[in-house]
Amino acid sequence: MVSQPLLSIEDLRVEFDRGEDTVYAVNGVSFSIAEGETLGIVGESGSGKSVTLMSAIGLIRENGRIRSGRALFQGTDLLKLSERQLEDIRGREIGVVFQDPMTSLNPVMRIGDQIMEAMLAHHFCSHREAFERTLQLLHEMGIPEPRARFRNYPHEFSGGMRQRIMMAIALACEPQLLIADEPTTALDVTVQMQILALLEEQRRKRNMAVAIITHDFGVATNFCDRIIVLYAGQIMEVADTGAFIRESAHPYTVGLKHSIIEIGHRAKPLKPIPGMAPTVTEMPRSCSFAPRCPLATERCRNELPQLREIGPGHWVACHRAEEVLADVI
Amino acid sequence: MAIAVSQPQAPARRARRNSPMYRAWQRYRKNWFAVAGLIWVIIFFIIGIIGPWIAPYSYTYADFLHMHSGPSWQHWFGTDTVGYDVFSQILYSIRYALEIALGATCVSFLIGVILGLWAGLAGGLIDIIVMRAVDFMFALPSFFFALILMVLLGKGIFPMILAIGVPGWAGYARLIRSLVLAMRNGEMVEAARALGASQWHIARKYMFPNVMGSMVVSLAFGIPYDLTAQAGLSIVGMGLNPPMPSFGNMLAQAGANILGFPWLLYFPAGVFAITLLSFLFVADGLQEAFNPKGGV
Repeated sequence: MVSQPLLSIEDLRVEFDRGEDTVYAVNGVSFSIAEGETLGIVGESGSGKSVTLMSAIGLIRENGRIRSGRALFQGTDLLKLSERQLEDIRGREIGVVFQDPMTSLNPVMRIGDQIMEAMLAHHFCSHREAFERTLQLLHEMGIPEPRARFRNYPHEFSGGMRQRIMMAIALACEPQLLIADEPTTALDVTVQMQILALLEEQRRKRNMAVAIITHDFGVATNFCDRIIVLYAGQIMEVADTGAFIRESAHPYTVGLKHSIIEIGHRAKPLKPIPGMAPTVTEMPRSCSFAPRCPLATERCRNELPQLREIGPGHWVACHRAEEVLADVI
Repeated sequence: MAIAVSQPQAPARRARRNSPMYRAWQRYRKNWFAVAGLIWVIIFFIIGIIGPWIAPYSYTYADFLHMHSGPSWQHWFGTDTVGYDVFSQILYSIRYALEIALGATCVSFLIGVILGLWAGLAGGLIDIIVMRAVDFMFALPSFFFALILMVLLGKGIFPMILAIGVPGWAGYARLIRSLVLAMRNGEMVEAARALGASQWHIARKYMFPNVMGSMVVSLAFGIPYDLTAQAGLSIVGMGLNPPMPSFGNMLAQAGANILGFPWLLYFPAGVFAITLLSFLFVADGLQEAFNPKGGV
């Protein structure tokens, strides 16, 4: 990856007010996505994986605020743009596919109109072309009989079909970056694979970058070039997918791998990570994973591990990464 | 294998009949009471428009030779204590009742929508102020407000519209606000924003069409309420002045003469009760049609 990154997020910190408390959802996350790359962002619920990308494109709940950081998209800092300028980029340069196509499509609008709307709102093309493109997109997304289905409403489609429509909307303006926020979580397993295969096919065809936010380690290792593991709003490990599969260097990543269910009588026994992902209500001063970590020492409980490079492009935030690599757990 | 063959043409034909409005009508049609109610409401509206032309007598014409006579071919529903024809009085009353009830509902709805939207979209201090005002309106009976306003504004059709309409905004405001809040933080709006839709576009294309059903239902429940309110004001003597006919005046007079001339009660009360029920059936039907899962 020699080219300049398409999106580069630098030291992003996002906080939320929740009653008396402040929840530190994202704590100094930095990473970049190169053009044409598929990046997986893996983490448990509440680890800040969605918040990181959504706040970068200006979609943040009212009780949240960005405390610091930059989000450079093709050289422009998205965090400094006005709402109006962001509207021009969202849906045009950056497309988003959400988790639940049942609730994210407008139930009272024909799906064809919803796809056309994205193009017309951005003055991407003329009305006539938008119609033709919509039929083309529906066809590309594997929806049979686009012309007939154009006039259907969302409730007349199955979950997988709706996700295809969401993708058609997100891809309508040929974005350079597609953010897929848990795109398959609400779907059946068989449909999940179809959607991911479609996503991969479209990425290759359009040469766009894709950021898949997922809690499913299997999805990430199968479809991403590079994986970022987030925990409590911090990056635990970054590596190419190959390195992840062969040599995870963070106890949390190892734990995630052991939590994948395998099929077959020779499958490894499941080893769930004890405890729950924390809600961070104060700035972390020590390793956030230490309370659940089998290797935690006094140092882990007192000193915040910094991200350090332990191999080419392989970064990890753990004091005992070398021991993890040497197969202690 | 005939079972496995799908009909490729089916979606195309179905597409025309799949709009949310069409499906709502399909559900509405199944409710027999709602359809019957709708028919009567339509008749009621027609009478409201053409009533003065089909009334056999003017509402100012008193037949002194046939005072408090029972129903006859000359006076279908009988005459009252001054000789007014009850049938004609009812026809005229329908017009005034409708004018006032519809006007008042529009006034309430307008104020309610504006304040509810404002509270829901602006949030913060404005939301708090509007919602405390809503609490205040709910704490005191709105009929009491209507009486005070009638005293201040004087009698007449327009004052009645304001007196009933102005205090009725609170329910609409609360409904609209909650709908806006639920949607503003919902995934649909988030998805629309992620596509770069502007606030105005979201309000117009996403929020409005999705709250329309609930608004129509609440309007439909509001009309019978305001019908009752305008009759109530007349019964306590704060409505239209006789000889302007109104259900309230007729019912008040009938109440005073119930032992001697019961038909004075039967006919106006009957028509009024059927009308109220019809409006409620229609509202219920709309409720089911727009919110098949229940709840407003």
